[in-house]
Formats: sequence, C-alpha cells, structure tokens
Amino acid sequence: MARFHSPEALESYRKGLLTDRDPNKPCIGLCTGSACQASGSLKVAERIEAELEKQGLKGRVNFRKTGCHGFCERGPMVVIQPEEIAYFQLQPEDVPEILTRTFQEKTIAEKYLYTDPQSGERLVRESEIPFYKFQQRLVFGSNGNIDPKNIDDYLALGGYSALTKALFRMTPEEVLEEVKKSHLRGRGGGGFPTGRKWEESRRAPGEIKYVIVNADEGDPGAYMDRSLLEGNPHSVLEGLIIGAYAVGAQEGFVYVRQEYPLAVENINLAIEQARAYGFLGKDILGSGFDFEVKVHRGAGAFVCGESSALMTALEGRAGEPRPKYIHTAVKGLWDRPSVLNNVETWANVPLIINNGADWFARIGTDRSKGTKIFSLVGKIAHTGLVEVPMGVTLRDIIFKIGGGIPGGKKFKAVQTGGPSGGCLPESLLDLPVGFDELTQAGSMMGSGGMIVMDEDTCMVDVARYFLDFLTDESCGKCVPCREGMRQMLKILTRITQGHGKEGDIERLEELAEVTGEASLCALGRSAPNPLLSTLRYFREEYEAHIREKRCPALSCKALIAYYIDPEKCQACQICFRKCPVMAIDGGKNRIHIIDQDKCTKCGTCFEVCPDRFKAVRKISGQPLPPPLPEEARVIVRGAGKKAQTIE
Amino acid sequence: MTHLERIDQIIDKHQAEPSLLIQVLLDIQAENHWLPPEALDRVAERLKVPMARIRHIATFYKAFSLTPKGRHEIHICMGTACHVRGAQRVLSSVEDLLGIRPGETDLELKFTLETVNCLGCCALGPVMEIDGRTHGKITPSQTAEVLKNYE
Repeated sequence: MARFHSPEALESYRKGLLTDRDPNKPCIGLCTGSACQASGSLKVAERIEAELEKQGLKGRVNFRKTGCHGFCERGPMVVIQPEEIAYFQLQPEDVPEILTRTFQEKTIAEKYLYTDPQSGERLVRESEIPFYKFQQRLVFGSNGNIDPKNIDDYLALGGYSALTKALFRMTPEEVLEEVKKSHLRGRGGGGFPTGRKWEESRRAPGEIKYVIVNADEGDPGAYMDRSLLEGNPHSVLEGLIIGAYAVGAQEGFVYVRQEYPLAVENINLAIEQARAYGFLGKDILGSGFDFEVKVHRGAGAFVCGESSALMTALEGRAGEPRPKYIHTAVKGLWDRPSVLNNVETWANVPLIINNGADWFARIGTDRSKGTKIFSLVGKIAHTGLVEVPMGVTLRDIIFKIGGGIPGGKKFKAVQTGGPSGGCLPESLLDLPVGFDELTQAGSMMGSGGMIVMDEDTCMVDVARYFLDFLTDESCGKCVPCREGMRQMLKILTRITQGHGKEGDIERLEELAEVTGEASLCALGRSAPNPLLSTLRYFREEYEAHIREKRCPALSCKALIAYYIDPEKCQACQICFRKCPVMAIDGGKNRIHIIDQDKCTKCGTCFEVCPDRFKAVRKISGQPLPPPLPEEARVIVRGAGKKAQTIE
Repeated sequence: MTHLERIDQIIDKHQAEPSLLIQVLLDIQAENHWLPPEALDRVAERLKVPMARIRHIATFYKAFSLTPKGRHEIHICMGTACHVRGAQRVLSSVEDLLGIRPGETDLELKFTLETVNCLGCCALGPVMEIDGRTHGKITPSQTAEVLKNYE
C-alpha cells in the first residue's frame, strides 16, 4: 500500500479505483454484521464462495462481505447489485438455487424475496421494502456497500474526501464553524451541541488535547454504534480526524466494549489501513497535521459511558465519574482538554463537511437536525436498525417501518433512551421524535434504543427491570444513586412479588426525586425516569399490583397461576410430559389438572399447549376455580366426534 | 513456555505501561478465563501498581473473574428486548437445570452461568449464548435439550 503525500495523489488513486470497478458488474453483498453472523451468515458466505467457483461465476460476479444492513429480523440477507435484488433468511443450502436463478437464468429466486404482509406481493428491490422505503439512511446507508475490512471500498464511495476538504480548503476555525452551524447534537444520550463542545476544547488552555470516540454502548437493546463501527469504521475515523484538526488535538482514542469483538477487530484494522495510506500519523496527506489514534477496550461497566468515568477508565483506573463543575472539554483525560463524542456523532461529521452545514440543517426539526439511527427491538415485527430524519413520529417508526406488533397483540408502550429513558404510551404515538420532544414527554432520546412493548409486558416489572440494571451498574461512589436506587428496587420488587402496600407509590416518588436531584452523574440523575414515566402513564398497573394483588399483563410470576381449562383440555398429554416438576396430574383421556403446590410457574405448559386447544390460561387477582371431581375428568371419544366430556 | 513467561509476554506487549493495566488484565482474562493470583502478583510487580488498585479494577469491571470458570460459559442475555420476550423464564429454567445462579460455576467445572445486558442480537431474542455460539429465540422448555449437547 502506498502512502499518499498529497490530496492529488489520493484523488488519482481514487480515480484508478473507480475505473477498475465496473458499476455494472454484478456484486453479491452479504450481511456479516454480528446479528446476521449469529443467524449463520458466515456459513452462507462459505457456500457462496464455493458455489461461485463451482458454477464458474468467479470472474463475472463479485462477492463482498458487508457490515450490517439493519434488517436483522430477516437475516442472513444478501443484496445483489446493480439490480438491488434482496434475498432474506438464507441458509447455506439455498445458495446454489439463488446463484443459478440470478446469474445463469437471469431471473429471480422468488422464494427468498420479501413478501409484503398486507398485499402479499413479493418485492424485489431492497428500497421497495417498507422497512427501507421510509428510512433516510445517510449515515448508515453505506454499510451495505462496503467491506469494512477493505479501505478501498470506502475510498470508492468518496471516503476521506471530507478530510482532504477540511485539511486543505478550510481552517480549523472554519471546520468548527461549519459543525456549529449544522446544529449537530450528540447522538450518545445528552444531545449536547457538538460544535459548542469542540469550541470549548479548542479555546481551553494547553498544548496537548484529545479527541475520543465513545463506543461503550451499554444501553440494553441498542446496538447501532456497534453496527457502525463494525460495518463502516472509516466513517467514524474520518470524523474523528476532522474533529482533531478542528480542536487542535494530536491524539485520539476509541473506547470500545470488549464484548464487541468484531467491532474491536474492524476498527483496529481500519486504523492500520488508514495509517498505511497516510490518513493517520505524521504530516497527514502532506498537510503538516499530525494525529494518532489508539483503541482502548472497555472491560464492562455501564457507567463508563459517562464522559468523566470513561476518561478515568482510559487512564487505567476504575471508571468512576467525578463532579463536572469544569467540563471534560476543558479538563478531561489526564486533566487535559478532551472532546468525547459518540460513534454516530463522529460518523455525521464527514457528511456535514462534504455537503455543508446548510444541507444538514435542512434535515430534521427546528431544534434536532439530521437523522438518527434507532434500534427498533422488542415486540415488533421487523426488528432492526432504522435511520430516519428527526421529527418522524413514533407511530411511523413502529408501524410503517417496524411493521407493528406481531402475533395480533396490542401495542402498549415504547421505551426510548435506555435505562435513563422512559416508557411512552399509545396516546403519545404521534409525538415527533426529537431531543426536546422526548424529554418533555418524560423520556429521552438517549443513544436511540427503541423497545416496543405489547399487552403482555408488565410496566411495573419494566421499571423494576431498569432499576435492577442500574443498581447493579451504579459505581457506588455517591450515596443518593447507590442507596436511593437500592431502596426503590426493594419496593418495586416487593410490589411485583405481591407484597406491595399502601404508601409504596408515594415513597417511590419521594426516593425518585432525591435520587434525581442529588446524584453525582447522569446515571443516577436519570435513573428515576423509567419509574416516573411508568407511574405517569401506567399508574393503574401499580395500583392493581398493590391493591388487588393482580398483574394486568399476566406477567409477574408471584401474582399469576397457570390453570388448565377443563372445557378445552383434550388430554393430549403434551404438557403432562413436558412439565419439568411433574406438577400436572393427567393421563390418557383424563382432563389434566395442575397441582398448584408443585407448580413452579415456569410457563412450559402454557408454551407447549397446542394452539388449536389453547387450554392453559394464566389467572391473576382472582381465586382459581375448584378442581374437577375425579369422575368428571374422563373424556370419551366417540366416532366422528372430536371429544366429549361426560358429566 | 511457563505460565509466568506467558504473562510476561502479555505485559511486554503493552510495554508494562501502568495506564494500560486494564488492557493487560483483559488479555490475561481472555487467555485463562480468570485472573490467577500469581498473574496478578506479576502484573503488580512489573507495572509497579499497588495490588489494591488491581483488585479494585478486577472487581469493578464485569469482564474479570477472580475464580476459575467452567469448561463452558453460558451467557443469557437480559437486555430489554430479550427481557420483554421472556428472558427471565429462560434464565430460571437454566438455573433449575444446573442448580447454579448467575456468576456461579457448577462443582464439576462444566458450566459457568452468567447474565449479560445485551448481546445486540435483539432480533433473535431471547438469546442464550454458549461458548460464543448463539442460540436464538429460545424457550424455557428448549434449554434442557441445548445443554445436553455439552460435555
């Protein structure tokens, strides 16, 4: 690999790349993001390579293992260019048919296309599919066209042109002004204006400054940062180098969770390649600007997503936050000015430099500009990563893109912002998504997790779940966070176990107020949000748990009982055999009964009872019907008749 | 190569730099699946950091373990998406089957059970991962069948 010493050398190399690459040559792009790998995409990759060889297609068809395409529900998936044919849920044995159909017969392997659930129509092109059609994939879109392990793929799409523009046609002040003018706000949680942060650091005294990528993505149910770092690491790196130039930093860090091995691998490789090409190191592209990046693997602590805690961890110590009377932008890592931004924020920077602040500021709402990637998960038909312009309503994201709730269930709530966010009810579905709108509604943007819940989700349990998570993750340094959450968790656990008492809700509200006001860092200050938002919108569920000892969602184990409806039981013996604790009294032609003293409420009987019978029910807040007398339990099966119970 | 020579190699890879203590410990953990006491002594000596700080870090971060792990590591995802899809019931069934709770290892050193806060495979939830292999959309009644395959 040659090191470029001038922007012209880079451009002529790029030109060469584009001449060598025929845009009309077919290319199979297989998603090898972590989610698709978990559903077996590497096996599919092996088969594609073998089959290309076998069918003699090797020279005619390119094959690329790309990053995450976002539609994780239907993985493993391939998109075949230039026609943009999208095939889903592939297994290795499907590969020969797909290749034969597409490349030998020049038709389409219909079976593997996406079928529109409403019209029943099969859609060929990726962009026609509702999941993609309503998205605006500016940051995330290139993922599907890039092999993240090959810097040339990024260059072929115009990569590092924003860097040359910044270094050679703009002063650091102009870059800073452009970012300020774009009104880009932090994608990691707080929504702090990025340009202002940079400016603070630039103006701060001191020769040595740092820029840092926060890839300590800890919110459960959010994985957009991982997918970006895995799928398009150079876009993050390019943003970081531009930021360093604007701020005046000579060294940068990428703090990435070690739980994301592929992201660690790809960003390390990207740094190596960028260094070889001269985008990092001394005298970048002959501009005189020096910059180096190091990767630091996080060892697993949620609180390290907080800026001061992350910087403490980078110094090789336990990641505990400190009071931030002086911003980390002024006194951060080793007490030097340090700019910390989230992965997605950095990835937005090259777009802003290339297209201009005015272009960026035209997308989105008044106070929230650009697009945002959300991870749409939970009880949703199309789980995946979606990128939409700010200002789109929750309803559009959940129903138009996400395809609504599966299994004919009813929507109950959507949880945004991770453990610091809140749950929003159906009445707020038309809320436009933006930083301030979500905060006003009692939730927050956070890093973009969006967890959809249906009627089977207990909201008291959700609040308990998040407090359990945060109690575990609290570093313990300050009392309000450590003790306040512990007490709230105790009360919530009691309520879900059926021991709630009058006054619990008021006590919870009191604790939430103190924890929220007095905690040292954002972890504690925002910890009450899940509790307060569920109390605000679903108070009746709390009351049912406390007063009637009833769980309306039939989810809290201590408050429900499993019951076999004698009218529906056909004595098929499936639950009888599967029950792990032999709590079911049954047998051939005998209506089954659950022995409540033995039952551990594992739910196996409920799960295995055939759909055509649906005999197992959950009951909460009311006494169980008395068991059937022994003589009434016999089922006599007559000819032609399915079953009959004799009295 | 002896065990301690290997530890020295890891330390050398990070230039015995005290600020890279966490990175050194991560590499030792990855290799041994836990942090043996003699390794920690060596790290303290060579990086010139007090043992108190090493133990602070080893107990603060989730990746580290001060006790040996079983031959197979089970991670049950307790992320929000898995939680609303019934991860707690999956966990309960594994706890009942193995007689251990999260963070524990069984007496035969066969399984170590851990919960994690999100594996990022939300489309496949609830997820149980064993030795890096993902078992997606798992139900409580299927867990016994999966665990049977491990020796």
